[in-house]
Formats: sequence, C-alpha cells, structure tokens
Amino acid sequence: MRSLMIAALGLGLATPALADWQQTLEAARGQTVYWNAWGGDARTNAFIAWVGEQTEAKYGVKVEQVKLTDTATAVTQVISEKAAGKDSGGSVDMIWINGPNFLSMKEQGLLHGPFANDLPNAKYLDLSPNSAAAVDFTVPVEGYESAWRLARFVFTYDSAVVAEPPRNMAGFLDHAKANPGRVTHPDVSNFMGATFLKQALIEFAPDQAALQLPVTDAAFDAATAPLWAWYDALRPFMWREGATFPENQSVQQQLLNDGEVDFGVSFDPASAAGAIAEGLLPETARVFVPEGGSIGNISFVAIPYNAANREGAEVVANFLLDPATQAHQQNIDVLGSFSVLDPAKLSAEDAALFAALPTSPALPKLEDLGPTLLEPHASWMTKLVAAWGDRYTK
Amino acid sequence: MSLVLQDVTVGPKAGNPLFSALSLRIAPGEVATLMGPSGIGKSTLLDAIGGHLAHGFAVSGTVALNGRDVLRQPAETRRIGVLFQDAMLFPHLSVGDNLAFGLVPSVRGAARRAAVETALDQAGLAGFAARDPATLSGGQRARAALMRALLAEPEALLLDEPFSRLDAELRAEIRGFVFDHLRARKIPGLMVTHDASDAEAAGGVVVQL
Amino acid sequence: MKEGRALRAVVALALMGGVVLPILAGFAQTGRAAFGILPAIGAVEWSLAPWQQLMALPGFGTSLRLSLVTGLGSTLLALALAAGFCALMHGRISHGAMGRILVPFLAAPHAALAIGMAFLLAPSGWIARLLSPWATGWDRPADLATVNDAWGLALIAGLLIKEVPFLLLVMGSALGQLPVRQHLAAGRALGYGRGVVWIKVIMPQVYPLIRLPIFIVLAFALSVVDMAIILGPSNPPTLAVAIMRWFSAPDTALILPASAAALLHALIVAAAIGAWIGAEPVAKRIGQWWLRRGGRGHRAEPGLWAASAVVMGLMAAGALALLSLLVWSFAWRWSFPQALPQSWSLKGWMTPGSGWGRALEATLIIGIAATVASLLLAIAWLEGEDRARRGRATWAQALIYLPLLVPQIGFLYGLNVLFLQIGISGGLLAVIWAQMLFVFPYVMIALSDPWRALDPHHLRAAAALGAGPWRRLFAVKLPMLIRPLMVAAAIGFAVSVAQYLPTLFMGAGRVATLTTEAVTLASGSDRRVVGVYAVLQAGLPFLAYGAALLVPAFVYRNRRGLLGGAG
Repeated sequence: MRSLMIAALGLGLATPALADWQQTLEAARGQTVYWNAWGGDARTNAFIAWVGEQTEAKYGVKVEQVKLTDTATAVTQVISEKAAGKDSGGSVDMIWINGPNFLSMKEQGLLHGPFANDLPNAKYLDLSPNSAAAVDFTVPVEGYESAWRLARFVFTYDSAVVAEPPRNMAGFLDHAKANPGRVTHPDVSNFMGATFLKQALIEFAPDQAALQLPVTDAAFDAATAPLWAWYDALRPFMWREGATFPENQSVQQQLLNDGEVDFGVSFDPASAAGAIAEGLLPETARVFVPEGGSIGNISFVAIPYNAANREGAEVVANFLLDPATQAHQQNIDVLGSFSVLDPAKLSAEDAALFAALPTSPALPKLEDLGPTLLEPHASWMTKLVAAWGDRYTK
Repeated sequence: MSLVLQDVTVGPKAGNPLFSALSLRIAPGEVATLMGPSGIGKSTLLDAIGGHLAHGFAVSGTVALNGRDVLRQPAETRRIGVLFQDAMLFPHLSVGDNLAFGLVPSVRGAARRAAVETALDQAGLAGFAARDPATLSGGQRARAALMRALLAEPEALLLDEPFSRLDAELRAEIRGFVFDHLRARKIPGLMVTHDASDAEAAGGVVVQL
Repeated sequence: MKEGRALRAVVALALMGGVVLPILAGFAQTGRAAFGILPAIGAVEWSLAPWQQLMALPGFGTSLRLSLVTGLGSTLLALALAAGFCALMHGRISHGAMGRILVPFLAAPHAALAIGMAFLLAPSGWIARLLSPWATGWDRPADLATVNDAWGLALIAGLLIKEVPFLLLVMGSALGQLPVRQHLAAGRALGYGRGVVWIKVIMPQVYPLIRLPIFIVLAFALSVVDMAIILGPSNPPTLAVAIMRWFSAPDTALILPASAAALLHALIVAAAIGAWIGAEPVAKRIGQWWLRRGGRGHRAEPGLWAASAVVMGLMAAGALALLSLLVWSFAWRWSFPQALPQSWSLKGWMTPGSGWGRALEATLIIGIAATVASLLLAIAWLEGEDRARRGRATWAQALIYLPLLVPQIGFLYGLNVLFLQIGISGGLLAVIWAQMLFVFPYVMIALSDPWRALDPHHLRAAAALGAGPWRRLFAVKLPMLIRPLMVAAAIGFAVSVAQYLPTLFMGAGRVATLTTEAVTLASGSDRRVVGVYAVLQAGLPFLAYGAALLVPAFVYRNRRGLLGGAG
C-alpha cells in the first residue's frame, strides 16, 4: 500500500489512483467493450463470451468479441482512425496483444495508459522488474497492457502415431528424414510460425545473452548461422517440401487431426486436452516440450488511446485478473491455460480454487513443461521473419 | 368528332422526314387506311399521333382531335386508343380486369362491374371475366382488346395492322366487329394495313404513303 | 419529352455521389499512401520509396505472376469451357432445366465453395478418404500439394466452378436474343458439324453480348481474396492476398508499399482488360482465316465433348464440395481414411449462441437492405430511361459497372479512412452502402434485359387507355416483370451474402456476417463449425433463388402468359 502511494505520488495526477476505481466502475456501467481478439479458437471465444456474461452481471459492462484472423487488423484499424483524426470514440476498446504488435502500438503512442498497475487485482501479479508480467518480449510493459493468460510454447502429437517425439529441435531433423513430409510449422508471417523459428534460434544460438538485446546485423548473422544450416537441411523433408505452410496453428492442428503431419504447435499446454474434449484431436493426442524448455510469455490486453469505452475495458481487464476468473480459465473443461497470478500472493481460499481443478491425461503438469525460456528481444523476431522471407519466399 | 392531320410528317430529328407531308381529315365513324411499303413510316406515324414516338424521332405539322391539338399532350391524356397486331391483353390480369383497366375512372362501384359485364357480353365473352387471357382464342382476344379500348371512351382509334395475325374467315368477322363498333360510336379510325381487303372493308379514304 | 428528366437526374446524382466519388476518394487516399503520405504513421513526405520497398518485398514477383496466371488462365479456360459446353448442350437441355442446374453454383458464395473444395481436394480430403486405403493404399494421407499448390491450379479450379456457370448463364440469355435454331439449320445444311456451326456462326454473335460479363469475370479473378486465401498458394500468395497481408502486417510501415501494390493491382486489372480488348482483333483475324478455309470440322466434336466433360466434372466437384460441408456440420469425429464420420453430433447446429445466430441475423439484415435499396435504384434508373425514351449512354453503362471492374482492395482501405472521417465506420449502414456498390450492378445486369424485352406495345396500350406514367409503372410494368424482379433480387441478395472485403473493411471487423465468420473460421481447426457457417452461407442465397422462382409461380398460378418459357 505504501509503495502504491509512493507510485501514485511519483506519477502525479495522470494516473488514476486506486481510490478512483469506484469512479471507473460507475463510468463503465452500461458500456459495451469491443474486445478485438484472435477468433480462431472456439474455446477462447466461449471463454470471452463467459467473461462478458460475468461482467455484465457484476458491473453492467457488456463484452463484444471482434473476432480477428490476425491481431494486426486491430492495430491497422486504430491507425486508420488516427489517420482520420478520430482521437476519441474509437471502435477498438481492447486488444488481445503481444510482442511486436504491442511494441508497434506503444512506440506510436496508440495505447491508453499506464493503467494496468492501478487495477485493484494487479496486487496478485508479480510485477517485479523482468518478471513475466512486467516484460513483454523484453519490452517493458510499464502499465500499458494487462496480463490475462499464460502462454507456453508446446508441441502436440498423436502418441498412437509417433511413439518417441523429438527430444529437441535438432531431433526434428532426424524425425523428418525418417518420415518425409510429416513435419511443418505455421507460416512464418504468423506469430506461431515465428515462434517455432525462435525456439530453434534459442536452442542453436551460440550466445544466449545477445538475444535479449536489440538486434544488430553482426549479432543476427552470428546467432542465426546454425539455425539456417539446420533449417536448410530440414526443409526438403518438410510437408510439401517446405514450399507452403499452414496459415496458423489451428490449421496445423487440423492437419495433425487429418494425419497429414505429425506435430502441432500451440502456446497453450492444455490445447491437446482441450482439443480432445472438443473432438478435434484423437484421444491419444499428447503434449511435449523440448528438453531444454520452451519459450513462454504472457498474453496481455491493451486499450487503444482513442477507445470509446475505456472504463469498461479497464473493468474487464481487472475482472480477468480475479483469482476466481483465473481458476475458471485454468479449468481444463473451460480453457485450461495456466494462471498468470503469483501463487505466493493468493489467499488460502483462492489457492484452494486452483487445487480443486480437474485433470486429464493429455494435460501436462507444470513440472513436465521444464524451464520457461525468455522471448528474444522483439527486434529479433521482426528481423528473423524478414530474413526467413528473403531466404525462402521466392 | 373528327381527327384532322395537317402537313404531318415524321422522321429522325437529325434527318429527312420519312414521307412527304400528309394532310387528312377523318370524319366520325370513318376508318381511313394507310398503305405503303414496309419501312416507309406508317407505324411511326401512328406512334406520333398516339404519343408513343421513340426518342430521336420528331413529328411536325398538327394533329387535331375535335379541334384539340394533341401533339403537345402526353399519350395518356390524348384519348386516342390503339389496337395492335397482337391483342396486347395484360398477361398478369384476368380478362375482366383487363377491361376494367381501360374503363374510365368516373364509372364507380357496381356500375364498373356492370360496364365490364356488358362489354364482355357485346364481345361474346359473357362469363369470361375471371379467365386467364392466355387461354382465349385469337378471335376472342381481338374482341376483348377492342372492348378494352372502347371502355376508355377514346375519341379516336388507331389500328396498327390489327387483323394480320388472323386467318381469312376470322379476319372478316373481327374486321366487321371492329368497324361496326366504330361506326356505331362515331369514332374516327386510322388503320395501317398491307391488305387491300382491309382497306376495302373499312370503306374510308385510302392514303398511299 | 421532358418526362422523367428529374427522375434520371436524381438517380444519376445518387450514383455519382454514392459510387463514383467514394471510389475516387478511396483511390486518392490509397494513392497518397502509395507515394509516401500517411500522417497517421508519421509518413508526411512525397516519395517513391514505397514503390522501391514493394519491389524488394519477398515474393512480390511471384505473387504478381501467380495473380496473372490464375486470373487470365481461369478466365480464358472458363470462356472456352462454357462455349464448348454451350455448343454441345444448347437445345439438348431446356433453358429451364439448365437454369435449375446452374442455380446452386451461382448461389453458393465463393468462400463456402472454396472451403468445401479445400476439404474435397486435400490429400486427406473426401476424395482421398473415399478411395483410401483400398484403392490408394494410403493408411495416412500422402504428401501431395493438391490444394494450395504453387501453381494455383486448385485456385483456378475453384474459380472455374463459379465462373463457368456465370458465363453459361449470360450466354444463355444472349442466345435468347439470337435466331439460334435457324442459324444451326442453315449451317448444318451446308455440311457443317453441329458444334462447329456453333463456334463459327453462333459464338461470334454471342461474344459481343457477353463481353462485359467476361471483363467482370477477369477483374474478379485477378482480385479475388477469400477464395485465394483458402485454395491458393500461401508462400507467396497471389498479389491480392499479399496486399491484404501487407495492409495488416504488425509492421505498420508496410501500409505504404501495400498501398503502392493496391494501386499497381488496379493498373494490372486495367491492363489485363486492355490486353484482352487488344487481343480481340487478332482473334478475329485468326477466326476469319479459319472460317474462310471452310472446314466442316466433324473432328472438332470430341473437343466439345471433352470440354463438356470437364464442365460436368467441375460441377460434380462443386456439388460434392458443398455436400461435404453439410456432412461436416453434422459430424463429431471424422478422421482419415473414413469415408463418412465415425460419430455424429448436432452440437454445431444446436448452439446458435456460439455466433452463427447473430451472424445469420446480420447477414439477413444487410442482404435484405442492400437488395431492396439496389432494386429500387435500378427500377428508378430503368424507368427514367423509359420515360426519356432513350437507351443507356456508354458513360452511364460504365458508371454502373465500374465497381465490378475496379479491384476492391484498391479503394476499400482508403475508403475506410474516408468513412472514419465522416464517422460512419463500423456500422451496419456503412456495410450496407459498401455492399450496394456490388449488389446494384448485378441487379442492373439481371434486370436490364428483361425490362427492355417487355413488349412496349403493352405500355402503349396502357397509355392509350389513359394510364399515366406511374400507373403504367405500378399496374403494368412491375407486375409483368415480377419474375425478373424476383430473380434480380435473389441475385442481389446472393451477391450481398458473398461479400467479404467490403464487409470486413467497412464493418471495421465489428459487423460479423456468415461470410466473414466462415472465412475467419476456415483458418481455424474446427471444420464442423465451418460447416455450419458455410451451409448457412450457401443456403441463404439458395433459398432466395427458390423464392424467386416460387413466388411468381404462386402469384400467377392462373396466368399462363407469364409462366411460359421458364428462366
């Protein structure tokens, strides 16, 4: 509480203090929040719909999901609005956002904030510097976005088809050589495709520390040389000989379900269990991560600078951080994505909510997932995607 | 009642008239006949008199109906009826409704139904009011078309080859039916035909274009 | 002769303000961005850099080539196949039966058809499942690029399924204006084969009548987005899809080269149409040379049979594709190589709350509003022409069809910015208006010919009976034209339902229709939900066509004169 007061004093009047929350709640009542979120996952869509029902009942705030095929669409919309001089009453109230899109919007001053640290439920988060909720792809969050779900990069496979999944990224080459045409990854213009490359980059890069700094040409060439060597060897044995790629992880999951490929990718450790429950993967589908661990990050929600229903969006962002909401979200029957809250900060009652959640054979335990690898600096991803395009898009 | 054409000629706006200026006076009950080769402009002249001239064509001279200059009026106020080669009964209306379509609006209520019934009766079509026009024979259709035109109480009637689709026997019958009605009602008529027997039966003046 | 001038002026003004100005304004915004001006992202200086950037974007050349190959290739093929099919089938299938065969393909939106085709053709798709493992020996799907192939063949096939029926439809109505039987009899009496008479005598007369539809097909094939996302190659995709991707890339600086590409794309469409027109005299010369040789061409028949077989094959594939969507919508688990689902479920259909209920509602509201407004405008336009007793000026014709010839992506982004400035973005109204740009021309295409074909003697008879212009319109013209009016409405509605880009851009993502949702979900993992959306999406226009045929048939069940000559 003291630190909060100091923070409030330090930042002056620009920051709405905790005492203003009541005002925010009043302003939010009756608002409809247009939440722009990737709409390719039915369970996530259903969860967002549930959030809307809850916030309407509790706070009188409705949520409308604007289902995106690509988060960048929402960014483009805000830019169009800024181009048109529409500096208030904008059509995007809240965006499910990460990494490069966040960096892009933050740099161009397209975001409202800082607001996230002042949400009442922010007290359950570990917001110490360099913690997962305070840094998004090495970009400091600084209160311009608020955490809502934990993401860990995992692979899915059908244990009835693949007995021994690869132990690391290098192992994918052996698997592909033995099973030509069964390995692929989402298109690199897609976030998940880029993450596949980044996972390999981290595994192969000689100097891990360089990845946390803004990229330079020299550092990039040094770090990516082994990656490209591996990829050049892998590509001829990939699905469709690496000439085309599934558009995103959902399409790849469908290919896995159809038996065209051996592996799917996901940022959600519960995805296999969830997909089985939905009838979208066979009962024998399982999840694995490379031995050295996998990339992890937190998904955030941000509010554009011109959002028409800013208060409503803040109320929704706060509701997402409620321990009961996070426990509901972690339920394998709902979404199954791990909580972003710091377990140490939960009360005994709240902790009990998490302990009581059901399990599933396809749902890995937290300890099965190995260490969480830090995302490289966002500039690496941009350069990696561009370089991949230059090398392989002809 | 008479239809008077004074120095009338028709042609493309930017071109020569289709035929040399025509003057003609048609007395009440008289049926004048226009004859001439195809393309000379007979039907175009009827269009001009009726008010149906296509864009790009112009009429010069005057056409007076009972002393009224009709060329400045739109077709629907000229009170000039037309009969075509085909009866042109509206396919979406019943026979009775076709006739009622023509009947002047001043006749109202039960009188309308009675007027239509009487007209059908005169055309030998009693009991045909609810029929689909497509189910009538050629002769029945021609008679219905005439009755429809007459119910509008025209002051003149234009006949554009009205009998050319009928076989010889029917032709004579329908021709007699039409001309008798025009004479009885003292309506001047102007007919375009290729058939000399039509002109002969009409008995009026014959103009060669 | 001043009659109808006011009506014409109103309609012309509505079209200028509603069609031409927005397109120009949209292009102006796109054009500014193409030369470096987009203050929102801090670009304020005129420069050619966006063009240099564009040329350097990975895969730009390939995207361009892909667009040209799929666009020109599918159009040429569609024309050849439709001509061959028509030559063989005309007179052997009644006009009405032909219409009924074509309706499902005309009605099915591109996206729904593409989604179905993708499943049908994939190595793990329905065809492979029906043949595996007994015929193919596959326990697991083979690694074959049968969809998303680098050559765009799957995309061409998908386009053909939509374009061939469209060309057959316009050829059919053009043939109605020609004395086909007499020409055929004359030609065959001179010893020419039936098919050859068709190609040497009939086709040259049909071609001028279907030129505009061919250009529409060409422009569409060069700019299609939804179908190209689903069936086309992805690395790189066709130019139109690439532009979409660049517009929505996380790196907002790409909006500038994307704008340049959008402008270039418009030029390419114009150039393609220009090249087509340029090739016409050459084709004519070759045709004349061939004609004068006087070959009776009995050996050409097998070629016509082959073309007809391909058309039949395409239609069968399209029908199977649509059927597969229906099957998926009732499936629960359906894995390779099962010919049919292992387990069934009504879950997709039982949960309208999951989204399709609202999408259906939005689709209906937008579709009905855009159709009714377009129909009223079209009636006003045609009536204006009638009252002035003049045909359509070339400029007016061009004005009406402009939106169909100009690639959507070129002006929609700029238009979105313009709409935001007016403050109507993201609303139903903006979407309805934007869809009308594309609905109105199709309504005009559908309505113009029957309207003019109405025997003017009926109207003269009505005028001679004292009926003024309004009574002639409401009591004679419209009732007599109820069939074409209903058909035009059905076509307009089908066009509205299928609109993807205008809904996406003008709705700012907030207006979710069956089509935008289906395309979004097509990039998801649940074919069963996609099946529900696509079935609804394809079903709505189908119902509209059904109503278009049934309503007049019911109203005029006792009027033979209006029922003869179906279609």
